[in-house]
Amino acid sequence: MRYLPLTDDDRTEMLSAIGAKSADDMYCDVPDNALLKAPIDLPSHTGEMEVEKIISAMAAKNLSPASAPCFLGAGAYRHHIPATVDHLVQRGEFLTAYTPYQPEVSQGTLQYLYEFQTQVAMLSGMDVANASMYDGATACAEAVLMAGRATRRNRAVLAGGLHPHYRKVTETSAHFLDIELVGPDSDPTHAALAASVTDLIDDKTSCVVVQTPDLFGRIIDLKPIAEAAHGVGALLIAVTTEVVSLGLLEAPGNQDADIFVGEGQSLGNALNYGGPYVGLFATRSKLVRQMPGRVAGQTQDVEGERGWVLTLSTREQHIRREKATSNICTNSGLCALAFTIHTSLLGEEGLNRLARINHAKACKLADLLADVNGVQVLNDSFFNEFTVKLSKTATDVVEKLAERGILGGVPVSRLLPDRDDLAHMMLVTATECTTDEDMDALVTALREVLS
Amino acid sequence: MSIKYTDDHEWISVDGDVATVGITDHALEQLGDLVFVEVPEAGRALTKGDEAAVVESVKAASEVYAPVTGEVVEGNSAIADDPAAVSGDPAGNGWFFKIKMSDASELDGLMDEDAYKAHIDA
Repeated sequence: MRYLPLTDDDRTEMLSAIGAKSADDMYCDVPDNALLKAPIDLPSHTGEMEVEKIISAMAAKNLSPASAPCFLGAGAYRHHIPATVDHLVQRGEFLTAYTPYQPEVSQGTLQYLYEFQTQVAMLSGMDVANASMYDGATACAEAVLMAGRATRRNRAVLAGGLHPHYRKVTETSAHFLDIELVGPDSDPTHAALAASVTDLIDDKTSCVVVQTPDLFGRIIDLKPIAEAAHGVGALLIAVTTEVVSLGLLEAPGNQDADIFVGEGQSLGNALNYGGPYVGLFATRSKLVRQMPGRVAGQTQDVEGERGWVLTLSTREQHIRREKATSNICTNSGLCALAFTIHTSLLGEEGLNRLARINHAKACKLADLLADVNGVQVLNDSFFNEFTVKLSKTATDVVEKLAERGILGGVPVSRLLPDRDDLAHMMLVTATECTTDEDMDALVTALREVLS
Repeated sequence: MSIKYTDDHEWISVDGDVATVGITDHALEQLGDLVFVEVPEAGRALTKGDEAAVVESVKAASEVYAPVTGEVVEGNSAIADDPAAVSGDPAGNGWFFKIKMSDASELDGLMDEDAYKAHIDA
């Protein structure tokens, strides 16, 4: 088939229809300094062997969490992935379209999506979950939009402990739908956490968005916030960036949350330089028609055999057009499959044990770090991640630790660069992968760096 | 009591300043079996043309628009609980909502039964 590109006249006509002078005008939202002004300076050709050599040498400059003591978290967590997961995701039964457009021919895909939804609903304590979203941040933004539809209100309260990336993505979506976002500043030393959000709730509020464990690792009691929200007809959206925490903490559904969103990377998915990840989304039955995303359902065929279908499709844009609950009608298929397989392997008991190990390792690490001069552990509560205040600037400390082959933590200023008051704060994570030797290496290096 | 019709295949039955709104037989035929109905809650203020209710069938989802401006007096919870109830009696028990009109002259532009029949035959 010949590919016939657009003519100049076609382009001019389309541009004038949207009031743009040139195609470049459509990139006006991208900051100027982020746009390439000239082609990247690369040789026009190089042999495959040479390219491999060059790229391998470049990759070798990275300090990998797989080989270094790693205490990084802040929304992306290094966990052990059983070899079984990578083996099973490659099975032919799953090698169908990443999202089912002619769904019923892909029974294998629909079945695992159904299992995935069941797992997410069980983990979150909710009635119904969708077949996944791009990542935790887009799931969060979609939840805020959903709350606006369900309550017909357009002001959302975001708690200070919401991950800044989640906040940014939510801002981008909310901006175009005239949804106002309000909320307190992020503050790891804030004592009256619940009051800092409940004070902002009024009868114009569509929803309150609360992350737990929050950005600084603190466990937030959702119940009093849910009560304040429900008192004025607003919804509570519970967010988690570390899904393994649900193996130990009370499910958001049992704390009266109306929508649960989260990042599912921790189960079955590697860090992968930040993506692709898998967004989790679950809610109450009564809100299901406002839920975004695809939903796989179980049914019976004419012979009474069990089978799977995509259901509630009338919410989606291929049927509902501009009235759809979301402009996303896909899901993170492969990542959701890895999540499902890992969670199935763990089972309820295994997930609980994994969560306990994570928490125990973090407790041990917190005790060790509290003994280091120049380190103050700020958290009263945490799961596997907590905030420390250092006697030196966190970015400098992290660089010096990296020179010693240690990925020591995430400086809060990486996420909140405008906040000078947080320049000494660092987020530190321990998982089941963290060994005693790793902890000793960090403590020794920190003593040197901070002396 | 007079019954009026809209281009969007809704019927409006007026009693004093309260209008009862439903969807026509023709609309129901086009939609097929209803699987979900959402009706507005009492007290909601609607402007003519606003989305007032949602109907979903096995084939499609669509909106029921407010044919007049006013405040919702009652939504029919019976059809929200059992959407199939609309199919049996769309012009009677299958009504969607009652609205207290703020401007009865908005009814003037609507069709009577003969005009509506001509409209759907056209």
